Amino acid sequence: MRDDETTHGVGRRDAIKGMAAAIALPMLGTTEQTAVPPVAPPAVPHAAPTPLVQLTRGVPRGDAWDPDMQHPSKDWPRKLTTAEMTTLAALADMIIPKDAHSPSASTVGAHLYINEHVSAPGASYERDLVRVRGGVSWINLESEKRFSTPFAKCSLEQKTAICDDICYLPKAKEEFKAGARFFSLVRNLVGTAFYTTDAGMKDVGFVGNVALPKWELPPAEIRAKLGI
Amino acid sequence: MQTGSPKSHTEYDVIVVGSGAGGGMAAYQLSINGLKVLLLEAGRSYDPVRETPMFKLPREAPLRGAGGREKPFGYYDATVDGGWEVPGEPYTNAPGTDFRWWRSRMLGGRTNHWGRISLRMGEYDFKPKTRDGLGADWPLAYKDLAPYYDKTEMLIGVYGGDDDLENTPRSSPGVLQPAPAPRVVELLAKKHAAPMGIPVIPAHLAIMTQRQDAEVLPKKLHPGNKLAQRVLAESMRSRQACFYATPCGSGCSIKANFQSTTVLIPPALATGNVDLVPDAMVREVTVDKNGRATGVHYIDKRTRTDHHVKARVVVLAASAAETARILLNSKSNQFPQGLSNSSGLVGKYLMDTVGAGIGGEIPALEGLPPYNNEGASGMHMYIPWWLYKEQIGGKLGFARGYHVEFGGGRGMPGNGSFNFLEGKTEGAYGTKYKEAARRYYGSSVWFDGRGEMIPNEQSFCEIDPETVDQWGIPVLRFHWKWSDHELKQAVHMQQTFAQIIEAMGGKVNGKPATDGNQAIAKGGQIIHEVGTCRMGTDAKSSVLNEYCQSWDVKNLFVTDGAPFVSNADKNPTLSILALAWRTTDHILDQLNKREIG
Repeated sequence: MRDDETTHGVGRRDAIKGMAAAIALPMLGTTEQTAVPPVAPPAVPHAAPTPLVQLTRGVPRGDAWDPDMQHPSKDWPRKLTTAEMTTLAALADMIIPKDAHSPSASTVGAHLYINEHVSAPGASYERDLVRVRGGVSWINLESEKRFSTPFAKCSLEQKTAICDDICYLPKAKEEFKAGARFFSLVRNLVGTAFYTTDAGMKDVGFVGNVALPKWELPPAEIRAKLGI
Repeated sequence: MQTGSPKSHTEYDVIVVGSGAGGGMAAYQLSINGLKVLLLEAGRSYDPVRETPMFKLPREAPLRGAGGREKPFGYYDATVDGGWEVPGEPYTNAPGTDFRWWRSRMLGGRTNHWGRISLRMGEYDFKPKTRDGLGADWPLAYKDLAPYYDKTEMLIGVYGGDDDLENTPRSSPGVLQPAPAPRVVELLAKKHAAPMGIPVIPAHLAIMTQRQDAEVLPKKLHPGNKLAQRVLAESMRSRQACFYATPCGSGCSIKANFQSTTVLIPPALATGNVDLVPDAMVREVTVDKNGRATGVHYIDKRTRTDHHVKARVVVLAASAAETARILLNSKSNQFPQGLSNSSGLVGKYLMDTVGAGIGGEIPALEGLPPYNNEGASGMHMYIPWWLYKEQIGGKLGFARGYHVEFGGGRGMPGNGSFNFLEGKTEGAYGTKYKEAARRYYGSSVWFDGRGEMIPNEQSFCEIDPETVDQWGIPVLRFHWKWSDHELKQAVHMQQTFAQIIEAMGGKVNGKPATDGNQAIAKGGQIIHEVGTCRMGTDAKSSVLNEYCQSWDVKNLFVTDGAPFVSNADKNPTLSILALAWRTTDHILDQLNKREIG
């Protein structure tokens, strides 16, 4: 079970400090932007020999090779249109729908992540842009052909009919191979988008990222089950 | 040209080139003994305590933390300005070679992101030629380095077990910290590997499971040296034990693991005896008419100007290949083929580690109740090489061993963590996809072999006369060839791992290779390159003596991976640190006796 550290009334830096004396059990950070003290190189004006350069002198240059990892930037221009995003949100929710455990993929912004991915600089992302953009057109043409309506406006049964034809490339018919390549990429992007959120991590039962004073053996129940 | 640097008029006792494992250790040891040290680093200054993104989650990063050419180990990897490419600092490959040269242009070098795996070389590893007739022997034996392994482990903080297996030495009592309890996959592998005669024992990693005793250790490590005891005690008091979360590869703000920038450089600076100059790209070691080193030339990257600094002793710790590059570029009328190269061996016998791995899916791990699998980031258990007798009996077809790093289970979901579901479920989507994610999450395992490469004549680096980097410095050209020993070893790794996975009741992903070329990582990809300035017993067959001191230039020393004579399967960093400590003891002794300087 993960939680916002604010619930515990303890900032993670404070928590770390606190561990020196008394071991606390803080949840480590989630979305808080870590407070980084402004870089003020404390000159050392005395002492001989004066250190020429101190450790605090380094700062990130802010480009791809030396990014400011404390303040990550994803601010490249997005390339997909609103209409394309609507289609992708609908498809994302076919891949990860809402159920009793967790919300749907679009609820946690999976389509926004797809846009981040296909809009990113670099040759592989540009290839994926063509695959996603072309796939969105393909799936809308297909649903217009079959049901005279764009994919996002199809009924669940209609969407399912299309998805069943393109959900697995090795078994897709010849005329659905291109659609299946598109679906494969979108499924992986949606999976990454969803399971890296709190809701997704909770759904699969990830329970790490918590500070512990001691590392213990796995729970007895699991050891018994595995005979270890 | 000496403008712009207020210190360029000062003469130092020692210039240390490079601030990673070897350079950090040299600067620390020499400065606590009162020497005035100039520490030059080719990359920018860097402070992990302030800069590490260890608490950031994948979703906060661009592209959920995906790697790329600028950040090969992912967005949050501690490495900045580094990787298998560095902008403006190319290297070249001879035809037929595809060597990958990793560099970290930052204070502390690659110690900021390394795997923290700290295995000692054993008795066989120092005398491989004596044992099987291949490669070359080291000019020192395990017993010569053992005390330095003990001291280094106490200094940096290493956890591990006290197993005492063949060629897998144990540390002296009280040196290591307790290894953390095994994880699920580690226990399961142990259970099923044991009947196969494969040992699974506590790994040794430079991660602290306890705080260091700042009252006792500094006195034990530096008897009679008040300055050393003071700065080390202060440093140890600032370090916390691991809290079993966050990835070591991002660096560690609580200093629970070893990085030069948290463990060696701060106490070195605290002595007041170290001047640290980052962005200083050393290009040449200068000599006087008697052939003694007088200092180095470096390019200040911020001003693009050349500087000359002087010292009584020069220590190169720029990384194995970069150190060879500096020496080969230090040409003069006295030394037309580069400095310390009368043997012609600088750049020769370049080695990396053999790497091959395979993964699998274990049904027994499916659908388990949630459990925390993070631990100390790296391995708690590993498999040391176990077939020494079969190997020396000629039964394996390859001459040297490997150890096995492995893991699996319920790690924090990251970019691509669930891509395997498509194949596993043959295209599930919707509710079935979510159910499959719950069922299969944490059921994957991986095994990676890390094996010894035997030095050969076809693997080396030299200066490429046609190319300079953006600083005007001639670049390296690499030549690389695996021998059958390495290729067969890589096949043995994949076949063995497949057997272990099947013994665990699992299914192997893909097929284990029968051709080593299909299994083995490219030269340089494991980032354990060593050799290029090997030690030896005479000036004809080696570059350095057993104290990593140049045969040709008495006041020139090397403390990175360059002096390695062989590259045992044991990851090199711990040995680099121990050798560097031993070398600095020799430097102090030689200065006291006025043999050098």
